[in-house]
Order: sequence, then C-alpha cells, then structure tokens
Amino acid sequence: MLSTPATRGLRTSSTTSALKNGVRSMATVQDAPPVQRQRGLQDQDRIFQNLYGHHGADLKSAKKYGDWYKTKEMILKGHEWLISEIKASGLRGRGGAGFPSGMKWSFMNFKDWDKDTKPRYLVVNADEGEPGTCKDREIMRKDPHKLIEGCLVAGRAMNCTAAYIYIRGEFYHEATVLQRAIQEAYKDGLIGKNACGSGYDFDVFLHRGMGAYVCGEETSLIESLEGKPGKPRLKPPFPAAVGLFGCPSTVANVETIAVAPTIIRRGGNWFNSFGRERNSGTKLFCISGHVNNPCTVEEEMSIPLKELIEKHAGGVTGGWDNLKAIIPGGSSTPILPKSICDEQLMDFDALKDSQSGLGTAAVIVMDQSTDVVRAIARLSKFYHHESCGQCTPCREGSKWTEQIMHRFEQGRAREREIDMMQELTKQVEGHTICALGEAFAWPIQGLIRHFRPELEARIQATAKKSGGEMLAGGWQHDAGKHGMLISPGQ
Amino acid sequence: MSSILAPWMRRSSTRVLRAATREQRRTFQVAAARRSDSLNVHRDTPENNLSIPFKFDAQNEKLIQEVLTRYPSQYKKAAVMPLLDLGQRQHGFTSISVMNEVARILEMPPMRVYEVATFYTMYNRNPVGRFHVQCCTTTPCQLRDSDGVMKAIEEHLGIHPGETTEDKMFTFTEVECLGACANAPMVQINDDYYEDLTPETTKSILTALKEAALKTGAGGNAPGLAGSAGQDEVSGQSSGKQLKQGGLGYSAQGASIPAPGPMSKRTSCEPARGLTSLNSEMWTGESTFRKDGAL
Repeated sequence: MLSTPATRGLRTSSTTSALKNGVRSMATVQDAPPVQRQRGLQDQDRIFQNLYGHHGADLKSAKKYGDWYKTKEMILKGHEWLISEIKASGLRGRGGAGFPSGMKWSFMNFKDWDKDTKPRYLVVNADEGEPGTCKDREIMRKDPHKLIEGCLVAGRAMNCTAAYIYIRGEFYHEATVLQRAIQEAYKDGLIGKNACGSGYDFDVFLHRGMGAYVCGEETSLIESLEGKPGKPRLKPPFPAAVGLFGCPSTVANVETIAVAPTIIRRGGNWFNSFGRERNSGTKLFCISGHVNNPCTVEEEMSIPLKELIEKHAGGVTGGWDNLKAIIPGGSSTPILPKSICDEQLMDFDALKDSQSGLGTAAVIVMDQSTDVVRAIARLSKFYHHESCGQCTPCREGSKWTEQIMHRFEQGRAREREIDMMQELTKQVEGHTICALGEAFAWPIQGLIRHFRPELEARIQATAKKSGGEMLAGGWQHDAGKHGMLISPGQ
Repeated sequence: MSSILAPWMRRSSTRVLRAATREQRRTFQVAAARRSDSLNVHRDTPENNLSIPFKFDAQNEKLIQEVLTRYPSQYKKAAVMPLLDLGQRQHGFTSISVMNEVARILEMPPMRVYEVATFYTMYNRNPVGRFHVQCCTTTPCQLRDSDGVMKAIEEHLGIHPGETTEDKMFTFTEVECLGACANAPMVQINDDYYEDLTPETTKSILTALKEAALKTGAGGNAPGLAGSAGQDEVSGQSSGKQLKQGGLGYSAQGASIPAPGPMSKRTSCEPARGLTSLNSEMWTGESTFRKDGAL
C-alpha cells in the first residue's frame, strides 16, 4: 500500500497547482512565492537610454543624459556605503549565474585587505560569446561612458587600483568606441590620477580577446589577460584571493558594472522596486530567432515571456500558436516547449523552477517550422569547437555528443541511445573545471526532456526506410552481414 | 530446461553459420576524416617560413610602447595578444616570423607565443585573401536562414568554407556565434559586421567589395587588412551619432561599398517596425536623482 488512489490523486493535484503558483518543487527553504511588485516599465526607468542610438557615444552627450553626474560624491561615500547600496538594490550578476553582486564585491574587502600592498583589479568581462546574446555589444558601442563610470564606482567599492575591460576580438568597432571613450574620460580628469577630483587614483585599460568563447569564464579570462591560452583554472583559490597577475581581482559582466552608477544615483530601493523579490531590477533582453521583429530591449525582470515577445518583438512568426520551443537564456540553458512558455516568467528563480535558467536573458524563439534536433545539434557543434581541451570530460564529451547529435538529426541511431546520451551528459555535468561541461550538457538534457517523442519518431522513420532498426553507433541493421565489425550483444 | 535453452541454441547456430560465411574484413574508419579548421603545427611554405624576416614598422613600434604601459612591467608577456594582432594587421597573417618577433620583443620563449597563436581562432596562421568573409551559422543565425547566406556565398565566390579564391581576393570561413543575434543572419568581413542579410544582399556586398578593390588597385593578399584606418591615434572630440545608417554606404574614386551594419532599414538592434520603448522624453541626472538625501 504505497499509495492509494486517493493519495495519488492528491499528490498530482498538489504538484500541478504548486507549479502553477511558481512555488519551488525542490526541497529548498522557501516559505512563500516571491512577491510580485509593480508592472509596466516606463521609459523614465530604463537605464540604457541610448540603446537604439538616440544620441552619440561621446562624453558630452553622455553627460547631458545623466552619466558622470555627482560621481565625485559617490566615490567619497566610501566602499561600505556603496556595497550596502548595491546590496539593497538586490542586483544579481548579469553574466548568467546570477550571483548577488553586493556580496561578490564585498569578498574583495576581506579582513586586513588594507594592509596588503598588492594592486587590486576589477576585470570586466566583455567577452560576449554565448549564442543568442548581444546586449553587451550595444552597451559598449552606444553607452560606453556608463561602463567606464561603472568601472570607477564598482572599482571604488572594491578598493581596486585599475580595471581591465576584456572585450572579444570580433568587436573591433566596439573596442574603438570604447577606447575613444576611455581617452575622453582621461582627458576630462574623470579617471586616472585623482579621478573626478576625489583624490582616488583609478585606471581603465582595454584588452582585446582573439576569439575564444571559453575566455568568457572568469579564470580563463584571467589566464588570457595574462598572455596565456585561455584555459580555466581550478578554484579555489578564487580570483578574489589570487586573481589577475596574482593579485586580488573580481570579474564582473559589462551589464552589472554599467548599471551600478545609475542604481546608486537613483537609490537601491528604486532598482529593487522592479521584478519579483530576489529577482529585482531591469534587464536587457535579446530576442532572436523566429519573431517578427528581433530586437534587444530593456525590460523589468519577471516579465511574462509571452508579453515580452508580443510587446517588443512583434510576436512569434505566424502567431503564438505557431510557437514550438524557446531557449530562454542563451544557448547553454535548456530548451522549453510551448506548454511551459505560455505561463513562464522571465527571472532567475522562475526559470530555475522550470528546469532552465535565465542565463544572459537571450531569448531564442523557434516556430513550428524548426527542426529542433538540428538546432540543438548545431549547439553541440558550437561547444565542441569552443571546448578548450584542458579537461577530459569536456574535450571528449563535447566531441562525442556532437557526433551522436549529428546521428540523431538524421535518425541514424537506436532508441536506447537516447538514454545513453542522457547518462553521458549527466557524467560530464559537474565533473569539469569550468562550466562549459554543464553548458553543453544542459541543452541536450532539455531536448531529451521535452522532445523525446520527436527523437524517437525520427529514429523509427529512418529504421523503416532502411528496412530495420539501426545498430548502436549508427550502423545499418545488416552491417554484420556485410562483414562490418559491430559491437556484440545487439 | 530445454524451453530455456532452445532459443539460445537456435540463435547460436545461426551465428555460427553466419560467422562461417562472413567475409573477414575489418574496417577501422567508415566516415571521412574530418580535419579541424587548421593544423596546429607549422609547416614551411614559400610564404610562411623562418627565412622571411619581419619587423614592426615605426607606427606599430609606437603603438607597442603604448600597449606595454597597460600591463605591469614584470608581466610584459600579457601584451602578447595585442602584439600578435598588430603583427597580423601589418603582415596580413600571423606567420612564424611574426610570432618569433613578438617573442623577442616580449622576452618570452617562442613556444609560449606559439601556444597563444594556435589557441585563439582569430590569428590566421595561413595567408588569407583581401577580404576574409566569416559567416556565422550558429543556431540563432541558422533559424534566420544562414543556410541561404552560406549557399549564396559559395555560389558567388565558387569556393567552400576554408578556401580562398584564385585571385586571392576572398577567403571564406564558417564561424561560430559572432554576437549580433538580434540582427541575424550576419557575416563579418575583415573587421566589419554586415547584418540582417538575405542571399541577395550578401551577393551585392561581395560584388561591391570586389569592384571597389579592383578600382582602387588593392590586390589580393595585400598586407594590412582593411581596418588599418583604426590604427590611427584617437584624437579630438567625437561628435554626433556613432552609428552608421545601414545601406547608406561610402563612395570614393568611382567605387562604392555599402556601410557596415544592418542591410535592412534598421539602424542597429531596434525592432524593425517602430520603437516599442524609449520613444518618450529622455531623463537626465538631475531629474531622476534620489530624493532621500543619502548622496
């Protein structure tokens, strides 16, 4: 008597209602659903005013529209006040993991930090390479002064001596705009010796990457900045203890840094008034794929996915009913089918509850015409290409999954290989030095979770066409008869 | 017992029969060998060998001094990436001589430079054409028909990914995500992004570039890829809009090429059919400053 019909019925109804209310189904300490706050973001509350190129990227226009306003006063407030303000705003890192920024910054001011004579660095991660993501590029080419001011303010909060901005190499024009803005800021005395007349010295340097996705990982970015191949380091020691050039450093995303000055100017409570509790603020969403008007747009957190797409991207091509699936947060987050997308809120916790993630908030939309297996197979190819080759599960696993996905795409596989694939991705996940292992495992797990019937149908169709079920490894059913060496036991 | 053994015996008897008739032939590799983008080892070729000298020119020497000031003096080798990039821009590609020269300047073992040059995909260790056409085919571009763009390039240039045209004008590469997904599909030609493409606009860009190169007399394999204009020192005030209007283009010496950026009517990443946000009055620092007096 494990479960009587009555209890079983009760259990299912409670889980479905729990999912509807957005309560976590996992055993985490959660007493109530996050509180939903005000809705409908006004232009007055959008941080990136120049997202569509309203004015130039020069210092004069930046000052006119609110940058570098009372920066000196902010710096003079000191690191404790700055960090408490960021903590009050509830800002979570915008690079994908969503770690609370105030807490991360406070790790730099460890006990006796001021007795240490070493330089301290802020490293800005502008190596934006996650497929679907195109937000940092817009910040750097249109609002570079927001980023530079952010470097100064965040740098002051962490008592840094200099900031390095690591920009991906393909963004040549963005690097030019940013370099020009840095030079303008130096010329105006905003950064450099005695920054903004506050008595605080702070330098900003630009470093161009050369086309490696893995350099978006913080330790491999540090390696790359030191003039080595970008292969991630084992943690601990964490960068806040031993980072760039052996000194305490913190790596933060462009968007996180660029919003900081505006948050402090307008108040942490202002920023905290958007989105649900624990998921506060505004966020840049990049909407690509099968929508009528692909765009990048700043919206509040926790906006329903459907509303985001219908309001800003002109809806899915052929209407919402034509939707097949959505990748909600850049290529490394698991795909979601339409049934989940209908009610999905776009924030860290809600997407985690749907077994996906907010990532970089890059929404990739796929309509009914999409070959979803091919789409994920292409991502597997991407991760195979970008794996740095340092640790075995990722180097071998990414190649293996790419080959199997390629066979799945054509249906040249056995149904039981789907389970094998699932197990393979589970073996990789959590066993690699950096998060690239998870990044290529999760999309495949998402595909198997939601589109398994499609995979099976494809395998069956190929089996029918070729006259028998394929053997493991993609061999024809009669390969043994032709003298091919096939694995035994099948 | 016999009912358990019977199926096994039946199976094994057929197996024995099959094994007897089977032709004993083992094949180790059934798929075609797939080479990676380029070899990780150096092979001497007429255009890339140790006897070809390389020296940075005066302008680049000055830039190198500026670059070196960005890094702590005891970590000179951090400048290896920018220096290799400068060398590539001057020489046209990252040859073995460029790598050795960088190693000499930074006082680091040449092997450490080779490690860096082979790890990053943007160092071309083989000569590329005047225009390096890199087409993105990762999922967001694929969903917006990058297949059509790939096909258009292959048809127009008559080459496949990884190849260079005979006149050394175009090199065509298939690359991974270039980070302009809201403007997919896109290609990068040298340093410029051409976005919102269709097969037709792709062909028109390639035609215009070739025409412009022929009219201005820039041959294939010319050292210093397009973009050397960006090597000038930044001076003076920038003013006005930094963004180029898509499809507007430049023209000089009787040749005209389209400006980089979206090839549709868009300026950058805004929705194509009118703004859905940021269309009311802009705010300033004073108007939104915090009221609680904490600052």
